[in-house]
Amino acid sequence: MSVTSEQVRHIAKLARIGMSEAEIEALVPELNNILGWVEQLSEVNTEGVEPLTAVIDQKLRLRDDIVTEGEIRNEVLANAPEAQHGFFAVPKVIE
Amino acid sequence: MRRKRNTGSLRSPRSLSEAVSDLNSKTIAELRDGFRAGHFSAREIAENFNAAVAGARTLNAYTLETPDDALAAADTADQARASGDLLPLSGIPIGIKDLFATRGVETTAGSKILAGFRPPYESTVTAKLRQAGAGMLGKLNMDEFAMGSSNETSAHGPVISPWRRKGSNVGLTPGGSSGGSAAAVAAQIAPGATGTDTGGSIRQPAAFAGIAGIKPTYGRCSRWGVVAFASSLDQAGPMAKTVRDCAILLEAMAGFDPKDSTSLDAPVPLWEANLSSDLRGKRVGIPREYRIEGVPDDVNRLWERGIEWLKDAGAVPVEISLPHTRYALPAYYIIAPAEASSNLARYDGVRYGLRERGPGGLDGMYSATREAGFGAEVKRRIMIGTYVLSAGFYDAYFTKAQKVRALIKQDFRKAFELCDVILTPTTPSAAFGIGETTDPLAMYLNDVFAVPASLAGLPAMSVPGACDKEGLPLGLHLIANELDEQMVLNAGLAIEERAGFTARPEKWW
Repeated sequence: MSVTSEQVRHIAKLARIGMSEAEIEALVPELNNILGWVEQLSEVNTEGVEPLTAVIDQKLRLRDDIVTEGEIRNEVLANAPEAQHGFFAVPKVIE
Repeated sequence: MRRKRNTGSLRSPRSLSEAVSDLNSKTIAELRDGFRAGHFSAREIAENFNAAVAGARTLNAYTLETPDDALAAADTADQARASGDLLPLSGIPIGIKDLFATRGVETTAGSKILAGFRPPYESTVTAKLRQAGAGMLGKLNMDEFAMGSSNETSAHGPVISPWRRKGSNVGLTPGGSSGGSAAAVAAQIAPGATGTDTGGSIRQPAAFAGIAGIKPTYGRCSRWGVVAFASSLDQAGPMAKTVRDCAILLEAMAGFDPKDSTSLDAPVPLWEANLSSDLRGKRVGIPREYRIEGVPDDVNRLWERGIEWLKDAGAVPVEISLPHTRYALPAYYIIAPAEASSNLARYDGVRYGLRERGPGGLDGMYSATREAGFGAEVKRRIMIGTYVLSAGFYDAYFTKAQKVRALIKQDFRKAFELCDVILTPTTPSAAFGIGETTDPLAMYLNDVFAVPASLAGLPAMSVPGACDKEGLPLGLHLIANELDEQMVLNAGLAIEERAGFTARPEKWW
């Protein structure tokens, strides 16, 4: 499988990364090179093999649904590029 | 808790004045024991390292220096010595890879997108190190989001290795992604450092820098507060001059953490107290698939010597087969970017870090922020990850890679029925020059020997073995079964004792 510049443009859109046409054109051969190389996995017979889900066998733990560390709104907001009235502020989304 | 004096030290006792003047070259065990015995104060240790850090800025190993943090911990340690309340790492200052969130101290993960981020919390690993009495010298440079094998992808610029080829002044890479950590230990501007390893990021730089570094079993060290790259692979571990120092640091870093859902609920062994280079009755697996073409003679020759050293320690070599080895790297370069594309979706310009206003409202802001904030390698991996996870390709790439990963895990399971520890070279070459490797695929091949153990979640370590003909360090790589860090450390110690690796970079910075 190989990607076209149209597909790279689409992937960039999905990944929300702004890219110039020149960057997209440069990425096409780079991605194809890498995708061509990972293609060798198709040589491996994986029939009947379950995909690995946990690298070390262990049970997922459950915990009580309680607040353990709260009341730190201002500390959390301190890193926001823009915070207003105790909230994260973003550009207007509804006209 | 008091510990008995280190009996594994190879150095002879020194006089008082000698001891103080030479603090930077000491191991963590020597610093700890000398401090406890009253040969020098914690403040003297911290001041020596703070001065060395400030004098080595040319290396670009630190992204941020925190001398006051080191001094405050030292003063606490000096008081603790007076009152008899010593902690395991009292008096020891260390460097922290900039991937670990440190409360109130800028944490950037080597990325422009996290510029100015001051976490309101402390990572579990660094919190444990602090609770054990350690101080922090500063934050260490690294490849952006730990994606790289040369430190060249850092937004802070590359780390320059303290090592140089014989008769050359070409700047070399310390490896990556924990390149700042490796360079700092090698240049003696930190007695030890934290690193993280997703696909070789502790072991490859340790090998390039002539130091020791261990990636423990997946889940030993909490990932909480470690900036995420590929969550099913990411593991923290220590980097230091010696195997014993790695054991000391790992004991402080490891342990169950309810805040990490994949943290291992298992007691932390006394790795240091149980160090033993007596390998009688142990079998060392030599995987035939790790003999690959194009590897320099020096690397294979060291591997042969490594086998001899382990035999000398009492172990019996056995040939083993890990048939899916050659598929580890391609599987890794599907799984790691897939997880990264998901993990890095959080950098959207809303909650922390950089924000760029683009055209077109919220979506435009996301795209502009990520365009300006991420470097080329991070973008490349997010793009690959997004592609392999996208509708129609998921099974062909991601599911396939996870099946191959299951086979790689099975290879190791079978191998450990025949042997107790596996010996391989750490890297297919010694350190290369900054700017010398421009092809992404060629860069990825650096981790060909390191990645299989990552995919299988196994403990693995690099220890220095010898220098190549250009005078650059080469490492030997040990892999053991799940939870058997002791086996890795003991085999590492056996090599360390026999290799007699004493080479240090000549100070030019």
